Amino acid sequence: MMTTMLELLLCALILIGAGFTLIGSLGLLRLRDFYSRLHAPTKATTLGVGSLLIASAVFFSHRDEGLSLHEVLVTLFLFITAPVGAHLMAKAALHLRLNSLAKPPDEDLLEGARCDAEGADSRRE
Amino acid sequence: MLSTAVYIAFGLVSTALLLSFWRLLLGPSKPDRILALDTLYVNTVALLVLLGIHLGSNLYFEAALLIAMIGFVGTVALSKFLTRGDIIE
Repeated sequence: MMTTMLELLLCALILIGAGFTLIGSLGLLRLRDFYSRLHAPTKATTLGVGSLLIASAVFFSHRDEGLSLHEVLVTLFLFITAPVGAHLMAKAALHLRLNSLAKPPDEDLLEGARCDAEGADSRRE
Repeated sequence: MLSTAVYIAFGLVSTALLLSFWRLLLGPSKPDRILALDTLYVNTVALLVLLGIHLGSNLYFEAALLIAMIGFVGTVALSKFLTRGDIIE
């Protein structure tokens, strides 16, 4: 009924998807500050769920012998909303001034930018 | 073979749910808890899709879509509340 190749493809997609979901949650638990924790679920978990949904679309398209489009709806919705949610959460964290472990980009560059800004101010005066 | 893979995936996704729940309980700051809730609902969508494959039923996608939508609205409302102190201004 179901060919071996198709079954192998489905198994691979399901296991990869579940693995990525687990990695996302592991990152959520293990990473050390909020800004790095934000990366794990919004990227890895979304990719994992996308993979699971593709597997489901292939499975139901084969079983019902017609294109199954419910999954595409869920995938589209998740892929659109994940970045929006992450952006809002990052804004909330910045508003609450949560500490970040990462250093500011480059001291010299920052110093240069500050001098430039002061120069611009004095010129304006 | 497919059912074995689905069982293994059930185990992996359930572990992921437990880890997110642990972060929800632990979470030192408020955005951490919001992020944990966000991860919990995405994991639930994954679990429902797996259940749909396991039982061979199309019905579970409606539930998955509903959870995805309401979860997103919840995340937006909570983040908005933290940033602005109000949800609908």
